Amino acid sequence: MQLARVIGEVVASVKDANLVSTKLLVLQPIAASGENVGRTLVAVDSVGAGSGEHVFFVRGREAAFPFYPAEPPVDAAIVGIVDHWNMAGSDLDFPIRR
Amino acid sequence: MQICRVVGTVVATQKNRKLEGAKLLLVQPLTLEGTARGVALIAIDSVGAGVGERVLVVIEGKAAGDALGRKAAAVDAAVIGIVDVVDYKDDV
Repeated sequence: MQLARVIGEVVASVKDANLVSTKLLVLQPIAASGENVGRTLVAVDSVGAGSGEHVFFVRGREAAFPFYPAEPPVDAAIVGIVDHWNMAGSDLDFPIRR
Repeated sequence: MQICRVVGTVVATQKNRKLEGAKLLLVQPLTLEGTARGVALIAIDSVGAGVGERVLVVIEGKAAGDALGRKAAAVDAAVIGIVDVVDYKDDV
């Protein structure tokens, strides 16, 4: 899983039947330091995340598992909203910035 | 599997039902020499690893789900061992 920040959402009226009524969010993956890393991507939401929140997401076939027994054709899914995280060797704590 | 160092913990109250009760660790992949390589990722802990330890991490969904012991859990990385020592030769 990887940390990310939700930076937007995608609206798609025409989509796969298994994706109907799911929420698609734009994610910017981030490093533990909070810096942006890598390309943005679109992930399907399974926890009720929203713009500006820090989340973690799963990639690959497992991205469909939150919707079991349905099998939506997705390759990234948000599976948790991060309250905070902390790193060893620093007193830094990374709460959600609101 | 990858050798990683546990560099932190992640707290998430709101998460997928299949992940409830799972401990989330921030793990930094390492080279064999022990230097950081790439970006830290989040893995569930199935062995009781702590911050600072070198661990063995599976980065694949099926294996990670097995480590968590739950079917169809939405995880793609899991700590499955704590590394005591790595012994290798460069010139073999």
